[in-house]
Amino acid sequence: MIRIQRLHKRFGRQPVLRGIDLDIATGEIMVVIGRSGGGKSVLLKHLIGLLRPDSGTVAVDGTEITRLRGGELDRVRARYGVVFQGGALFDSMSVAENVAFPLREKSRLRHAEIRERVEEKLEQVGLSDMGHKNPAEISGGMRKRVAIARALVTEPEIVFFDEPTTGLDPILVNTIHHLIVELHRKFRFTAVMVSHEIPEIFEIADRVAMLHEGVIVEVGPPEAVRASTNPIVQQFIRGDVEMVPAGQRR
Amino acid sequence: MFSSPTPELWPAPLRPIAALGGLTLDLVSALGRFGRFFGQAVGYVVIPPFKIVRLIDRIHFIGFRSLTIVILTGAFTGMVLGLQIFLTLSRFGSEAYLGPAVALSLIRELGPVLCAVFVTGLAGSALTAEIGIMKITEQIDALQVMALNPMRYLVSPALVAGVITFPLLTAIFDVVGILGGYLVGVELLGLSPGTYFGEMKTFVNMSDLMTGYWKAISFGIIVPWVCTYKGFNCGHGAEGVARATTQAVVLTSILILVWDYFLGSVLP
Repeated sequence: MIRIQRLHKRFGRQPVLRGIDLDIATGEIMVVIGRSGGGKSVLLKHLIGLLRPDSGTVAVDGTEITRLRGGELDRVRARYGVVFQGGALFDSMSVAENVAFPLREKSRLRHAEIRERVEEKLEQVGLSDMGHKNPAEISGGMRKRVAIARALVTEPEIVFFDEPTTGLDPILVNTIHHLIVELHRKFRFTAVMVSHEIPEIFEIADRVAMLHEGVIVEVGPPEAVRASTNPIVQQFIRGDVEMVPAGQRR
Repeated sequence: MFSSPTPELWPAPLRPIAALGGLTLDLVSALGRFGRFFGQAVGYVVIPPFKIVRLIDRIHFIGFRSLTIVILTGAFTGMVLGLQIFLTLSRFGSEAYLGPAVALSLIRELGPVLCAVFVTGLAGSALTAEIGIMKITEQIDALQVMALNPMRYLVSPALVAGVITFPLLTAIFDVVGILGGYLVGVELLGLSPGTYFGEMKTFVNMSDLMTGYWKAISFGIIVPWVCTYKGFNCGHGAEGVARATTQAVVLTSILILVWDYFLGSVLP
């Protein structure tokens, strides 16, 4: 279980997270939605230990990771898989080398076993014949799928997805979402996804949390969030452009 | 951590002093970060696990890929030296000293400095750009969340590769330069080959070679240190990478000349 308590973060004079409280249950798909620039990626970076909060805590199965450094933090990260917004594939390596990289660097598996595992993962994401290609030679959707294969190759307990479908066409968005659900069903990892793909994410999420101006304004199952009376949530879901009056916020 | 005072909050007469104080604090803070970066990189050179494959890749990246430019520039530097020194010495009737003059200029001074400047332009700028792009495309974050230390993976191997390759590249630059001087002095201007090389043996000694060697090693540290630091601390987007690359080349070139003067003063 991931427990986030009173998480605050500011950059210079700009507050980005203003007291986040959120629990993410083991094995669920939690999707954090919210407007661009609302702090979703900043929240995710705190969960994976790339940013340290000004105050507040993030605990993974009781271990407070905000206080950890070096080897201790690496031990927690060894349980993670992360799919970055742009894929973050190493462009000096082929697709197969990218997927093999975490195993080659951190596991004691033999070459043959690593190759087998990489082929299996590439097959699961539908890219079994793309291993020899360079990341620059494949499409955006394929790059996202390679990033998912790389994140899952170590069989992590928790997988973070930072806007995994940004910039893709609607068919590819659904393809990636179905792939995530299928892999989640198979491996039962805890998934934390940051997205603003409305309404598609309501189909795949176990729970949805809406982040607005640095605080969680709504959290619950997709149908409950959809039915929320909170005007900010409704405005975001409907994509309305008019501003919500300050008095009606939260 | 230092924080700069905000001059606008001070009474008007004190603002220039506050601004100067802020600038000084920023400078000291930046130097501290620069030094700490080096300390960490050196730490990962001696603390296992060592990234041998990565080190070989960096030796190829810095050393082998710079070979053509080093040979080319070395040859023409030697030829220019041969021509200019011959013309100067001929005024005093001392053409016989062309060999040692070319060799000493190259081995003690021009070899290490020019070689380091050219390698900075070629491999140093590429190091900064590569790491900068890795930073803005979250590849460095990806390394971190895979529990791989980016310093150990990206900086320390480059530092060791610099220490290994720079003396070798400098030696190649020196040899090719001396042959370039030979080509002009002996083949074009008619000096005897025995005089060119014979006088060299008399005047060039081990301390000259060691001066060049120590300079090359120190430049082999400075170039990857500055260039990887600038890559790690680049700004956002393509503009940030471009600015970091320019700054890396300019700063490294200045540091090479300053350090060369310092070493030239203290080494025998």
